[in-house]
Amino acid sequence: MLAKRIIPCLDVKDGMVVKGVQFRNHEIIGDIVPLAKRYAQEGADELVFYDITASSDDRIVDKSWVERISEQVDIPFCVAGGIKTIEDAAKILAFGADKISINSPALANPQLITDLTHEFGQQCIVVGIDSYFDRDTGLYQVKQFTGDETKTRTTQWQTLDWVKEVQSRGAGEIVLNVMNKDGVRDGYDIEQLRLVRDVCNVPLIASGGAGEISHFYDVFAKANVDGALAASVFHKQIIEIDALKRSLNQDKIEIRLC
Amino acid sequence: MGKVNVAIIDTGCANITSVRCAFERICDDVTVTRDQDFIRAASHVVLPGVGTAGAAMEKLALFDLITFIQSLTQPVLGICLGMQLLTNSSQERSVNCLGLIDTKVSAMKNSDNLPLPHMGWNQLTHLIPPLFNGIDDGSYVYFVHSFAVPTGAFTAAQSDYGQAFSAAISQNNFYGVQFHPERSGKVGAQILKNFLAISATQEKIDS
Repeated sequence: MLAKRIIPCLDVKDGMVVKGVQFRNHEIIGDIVPLAKRYAQEGADELVFYDITASSDDRIVDKSWVERISEQVDIPFCVAGGIKTIEDAAKILAFGADKISINSPALANPQLITDLTHEFGQQCIVVGIDSYFDRDTGLYQVKQFTGDETKTRTTQWQTLDWVKEVQSRGAGEIVLNVMNKDGVRDGYDIEQLRLVRDVCNVPLIASGGAGEISHFYDVFAKANVDGALAASVFHKQIIEIDALKRSLNQDKIEIRLC
Repeated sequence: MGKVNVAIIDTGCANITSVRCAFERICDDVTVTRDQDFIRAASHVVLPGVGTAGAAMEKLALFDLITFIQSLTQPVLGICLGMQLLTNSSQERSVNCLGLIDTKVSAMKNSDNLPLPHMGWNQLTHLIPPLFNGIDDGSYVYFVHSFAVPTGAFTAAQSDYGQAFSAAISQNNFYGVQFHPERSGKVGAQILKNFLAISATQEKIDS
């Protein structure tokens, strides 16, 4: 059976791992490579590196750290941040990343998804979606440029429509990041993830809200996602990956024990 | 036992760095190259690959590597798309492949509403030596693919995702793995070590 994936997310800024609460006040957590290596050893199934400043600052940052990760880490990893062209993507994949994830640039130019898929194959093209639940309107809306609070904007896309659009353009995986839940640690947005799962035929990764082991159980058992992404609970060692995986395994979630 | 050295065929595809790094973790003589004399002299040859079968076969043709690869006699390991290229043909836009392992690649069926691509860690079963020496039945390795080889006479390991399929195939000196051993932790490293041990074993038998 295909195992559910546990995916630590490392937000990268200026070559360091950072993590803030609700995308603000970023605090530095540590160096990238030792942290990545530690997670791989502890049983992480995959790693995601988001350069959270890249899209907002209109630049592509130095990615040489990608090759250092590839040298030392023996699990798959995905790199996101400021990838706007085929050339940007080619460079990161050549450094050894298994997948690239695009978010804001895909919203600015949806054709980019199609072009990347044709060039590199569906399997390595992930689309990240920052979804925000607007309580006033009751709508799930897609946000753009979330790396910088002053530049964040609401797009014309509602989340479920964008999920369908990116799949029709060939996305190989979708990471749904629920912005209302980022860093809050009171559980994944099961209701929204279920709605997305219903229209998502490619692997779906939940992001935003993990705070305790039961939240992971819930998102797998109730929203049937393929993977669960989390950052602060792992960085701050609130949850140990090994203990998490043993607990999920006991509760009959298909999981890879190391 | 002769000196083990690995030639990774530089197909210009995307996962060469991760494959090179994985071999460098277990072997101190690893080269990425398109130099045919060098490759022919290597003890072990690796054919990596991601992307589409058609584009990859075009690249092999462009670099004049098709008949060259077909003529290799040392152990050759195809990884992911590299494995699929070793077969007769791929249903992915009906592409003719290298014809070194007598089977075909077909599209995975979207049965049980399982998401495609098949992406993530899945279990290996029905393991056949030498590639899977010391690997426990049920071990997890990392897959990313939408096309697969059905199980058959040349299957060296199976996995299951709505349907059983070949996780590995082999015929003569050609071996292929559908998963990514370079990204499959300790299990993957052991499989790569087993591959590098293959000619050593054969040499022992020969002498």
